[in-house]
Amino acid sequence: MTAALVKKRQSVSVAAYIALIPMALTVLLAYLGTMLWTARVSVSSSRTFPNSDFVGASQYIRLFNNERWLLSLQNVVVYGVLFIAACLIIGFLLAVFIDQKVMAEGALRTIFLYPYAMSFVATGLIWQWILNPELGIQEVLRKLGFTEAKFDWIVDQDMAIYTIVIATVWQASGLVMALMLSGLRGIDEELWKAARIDGIPRWRVYVSIVLPMLGPSVSTAFVLLFVMVVKVFDSVVAMTQGGPGTASEVPAKFIMDYLFGRANIGLASAASIVLLATVLAIVAPLYYVRSRRADKGM
Amino acid sequence: MAANDSGVATAPASVAARRRKLAWTPARAGVYAFLIVAALFFLLPLYVMLVTSVKPMEEIRLGTLFALPVNLTLEPWVQAWRSACTGLECEGIRGGFWNSVAIVVPSTILSIAIGAVNGYALSFWRPRGAGVLFAILMMGAFIPVQVMVYPLVRVLAAVDLFSSLPGIVLIHTIFGMPVMTLLFRNYYAALPMELFKAARIDGGGFWRIFLQLMLPMSTPVIVVAVIMQVTGIWNDFLLGLVFAGSEHLPMTVQLNNIINTTTGERLYNVNMAATILTSVVPLALYFISGRWFVRGIASGAVKG
Repeated sequence: MTAALVKKRQSVSVAAYIALIPMALTVLLAYLGTMLWTARVSVSSSRTFPNSDFVGASQYIRLFNNERWLLSLQNVVVYGVLFIAACLIIGFLLAVFIDQKVMAEGALRTIFLYPYAMSFVATGLIWQWILNPELGIQEVLRKLGFTEAKFDWIVDQDMAIYTIVIATVWQASGLVMALMLSGLRGIDEELWKAARIDGIPRWRVYVSIVLPMLGPSVSTAFVLLFVMVVKVFDSVVAMTQGGPGTASEVPAKFIMDYLFGRANIGLASAASIVLLATVLAIVAPLYYVRSRRADKGM
Repeated sequence: MAANDSGVATAPASVAARRRKLAWTPARAGVYAFLIVAALFFLLPLYVMLVTSVKPMEEIRLGTLFALPVNLTLEPWVQAWRSACTGLECEGIRGGFWNSVAIVVPSTILSIAIGAVNGYALSFWRPRGAGVLFAILMMGAFIPVQVMVYPLVRVLAAVDLFSSLPGIVLIHTIFGMPVMTLLFRNYYAALPMELFKAARIDGGGFWRIFLQLMLPMSTPVIVVAVIMQVTGIWNDFLLGLVFAGSEHLPMTVQLNNIINTTTGERLYNVNMAATILTSVVPLALYFISGRWFVRGIASGAVKG
């Protein structure tokens, strides 16, 4: 009887192992395998087809001598800083204002968040239309009598990247609002009573007490936004196609172009490894801190 | 809709007290002014998109972006659906719509099924080594797609799945696995372990406990998972572009092709109608599911 029980337990745990085969295959082949493959190709001389020779860091050296790559890095840094800052600030403000026991709160929340449900492509195309210099906002301003009005950022080499900031902030700040709002709702009412008794102005409470308490919401939002920054591709393709010229080039698009359009997979692999290293360098410490905090039961 | 989402009960008396305190003051007016301006900013693109899509081209050429249409027409919508050029072919965006449906349905079902089994096995059975697998899987959520795209193309080509419907479904399943697994793992981890132990004592095996006990209790998490996957996969552009193949291009890719074609006059009204048509499914899902959608974001947020 005991033997039968043991046997049963064994067969059951075999089922658990079998059930995890898809996950194991995904992890080993799709995640680890592809990472190793890409790392390997990045130190080979591969162009159209992968080679198995070893050329050391020469693809990386070529990469960092490539004007277009340097421009795309510069763009993504400018884009990332502005996008994350704007989303966090706007999202936080929206959450704070919505939290003032206002009327039609549900409707407002719905309005602020709906862009997030749409694809980056659709968002990009909408803004491409609104910012169109011939028929968009610029023309409306001119018709209104501001004949010198100029708002042609989307076709301006120096400004194109900012139009992508506008479109994606419009799309993603509602998400930050939703996260912050759930953080605000978790704050004890007593805090507000105490602050009122002490006569501390509301804005002061928000800045000095509430904001620090929202730490977890802010870090979650930051990670989400950061991942969006690294991935930014769809909206650029839809809005400017990286243009004018290569003015709004971003790393994700650079890699896709060199992989599939320009057949230089060695260089593209080096670029994606650089991207991967950046992501891990920023996200890993955040998650380490968070898991330690979770261990302490906070 | 209830004003308080967190479920923190506020005593009626204190609500009344607050209401009185929040009487009409300049600060209060400022709050509403800010919110109204913000709401207008968020609604503006939707408005522009809608009015552009029902204007004839003559009205669009006037450059009155915000004006309401004088001669309202539904022709752009018909064109967008039936005859706009999505590259070489000019059969409108309807093909892309059905492609997206064909991709979304199996991808959603498959990724949820695998995520649920993973989550269940990880929370209750905890086979040796599963924890490490799961940790790497979570890291996979942060790996930029570009690192994996080319090798995956080679692997799919080697097994003859590249540019096919099963191929793109498989890709969505692979990329959906981290979030789906996390979602179900967290859900099952919150269920009482005693329940599982009792089922074990009653002689339930791995699959029987899953199918007859856990799955029927999983409705809320499945709803969230469906919303997340349907929106995510419907809105995907990059994976569809690379893996779907010209026969199965999803709607987002076809939409981009319609709008960024360089031949002929740009039909902005048709473009906007096509954009709305592409956004209809996720928007409808968002408006219908509301709070569930937000809950989905929040659980997706844990992963990033």
